[in-house]
Amino acid sequence: MQEQELIPHLFRTEYRKIISVLCKLFGIEHIEIAEDIVSNTFLLAAETWGLKGLPQNPTAWLYTVSKNKAKDVLKHNAVFTQKIVPELTRTETTTPEVEIDLSSKNINDSQLQMMFAICHPCISKEAQVGLSLNILCGFGSDEIADAFISNRETIYKRLIRAKEKLKTEKVRIELPDSDEINNRLEAVLTTLYLLFSEGYYSTSQNTLLRKDLCIEAMRLNLLLVENEQTSSPAANALLSLMCFHSSRFDARINKNGDLVLYEDQDENLWNKELIKKGEDYLNCASSGTKLSKYHLEAAIAFWHTQKEDSAEKWESILQLYNRLLQLEYSPIAALNRTYALSKANGKEEAILEAEKLQLNDNHLYHSLLGNLYKDFDNKKAMDHLKVALTLAKTNQDKQIINRSIEQLINQS
Amino acid sequence: MEDFLLVFRRDHDGEQLQLSPEQMQSMMKPWQDWMGSLAAQNKLVDSGNRLASEGRVVKPNNVVTNGPYVETKEAIGGYIMIRANSIDEAAELSKGCPILAIGGNVEVRTVVPMD
Repeated sequence: MQEQELIPHLFRTEYRKIISVLCKLFGIEHIEIAEDIVSNTFLLAAETWGLKGLPQNPTAWLYTVSKNKAKDVLKHNAVFTQKIVPELTRTETTTPEVEIDLSSKNINDSQLQMMFAICHPCISKEAQVGLSLNILCGFGSDEIADAFISNRETIYKRLIRAKEKLKTEKVRIELPDSDEINNRLEAVLTTLYLLFSEGYYSTSQNTLLRKDLCIEAMRLNLLLVENEQTSSPAANALLSLMCFHSSRFDARINKNGDLVLYEDQDENLWNKELIKKGEDYLNCASSGTKLSKYHLEAAIAFWHTQKEDSAEKWESILQLYNRLLQLEYSPIAALNRTYALSKANGKEEAILEAEKLQLNDNHLYHSLLGNLYKDFDNKKAMDHLKVALTLAKTNQDKQIINRSIEQLINQS
Repeated sequence: MEDFLLVFRRDHDGEQLQLSPEQMQSMMKPWQDWMGSLAAQNKLVDSGNRLASEGRVVKPNNVVTNGPYVETKEAIGGYIMIRANSIDEAAELSKGCPILAIGGNVEVRTVVPMD
């Protein structure tokens, strides 16, 4: 990895680990001190690595430096010596020295507990997701604003307010009791779902970064599934969904970083191991009585791992979308449902249904109509594709629409 | 947008049909496709419930009768809630209901909001 990419990469993977451990150690009321320590560590890394070259083990370097900084704070900060250290050392009478444990087990435990602390009902759902991205994943306000189509200032204020609220409520960083785990699990899953989507669907050309985000989401989800108390059917279903989707990660982007559509993908590039894992988690998800949207989405994703078209495949996908939409409406699910309808019930019915959706300012809506009208009414097909082209915002989307337009021209 | 209750009625034939899983499946599909269509238009408020044919009617003076069918020829088989701009639009949306294909009907009622 290039040196200029290494620090952002490590920031992405290590920042949140150290933060979780330090927060757990200091308590949520001193979250800023934990953040300062880790930020300063990375600042120091950027300065010294540039001058002296990379250390042999950069991650270990970060751990050591942040540990020392944390110990310094514990020694010199008056608040800490008077209030926190007695707390910390009270239980450990034999060793007055504070142990900062950055083992992977303690990192995992701290992160799992942190996930549930952040998803405390005293802060709004948006704040929970934002704060999770910030603390658990090391996202800055800019990136969060990007993900939520909001501006930096709004997000920044939201994060500050949320942190204040967690402090005044004295939220403890620990796994709550089983009833409370169930209450907060939905927010935790929403957060992971958004994090994964941000990586999978983001328009960023930085493939490495996007893959990192997906891996992060899966890693955090795995923590939930591996813990008996938090391994709910919905958590398994979500992980299954992520496995199925990420099995196509290498097939859906070509060497130039362009998106390759599902139909055009080389299925030899699909990761069989991840597909198998997805099936295993889906089996684990099938206990219990509550069918979550993750179950339905995972089942849809499962059918997409079968490249071969069959009547059974599209009828199943259609019915899954029918149920998904009854559970929760979203424009993208409505569009995908209509596509499945064209495959299962025929184009004629799908065109009638598509016209009812009236998602007129959505470029995907016009792309769908362009696709449905093709071979049926090529003039209408072209009109819709042209509207889609004017509505599309990213180059990637425009490229895909242009390809459809070319196909239509070559055909007639 | 207002909410509307759609009540599905059909003649109760008194017979309990024994359906094979395949028959059940083929009966379900038009319903699921129709409800999916409403949901895709973001006009489904509540998927409601299907009702069993068995019922009791409770009247004053401790009178309890079996089933509502003695007096109403058409039994309620289920209901859903939708949202629409007007009762006319709600009625238009009801035209796709599969109950119509088996001789039933849909009653469309405006929900009066409780303030």
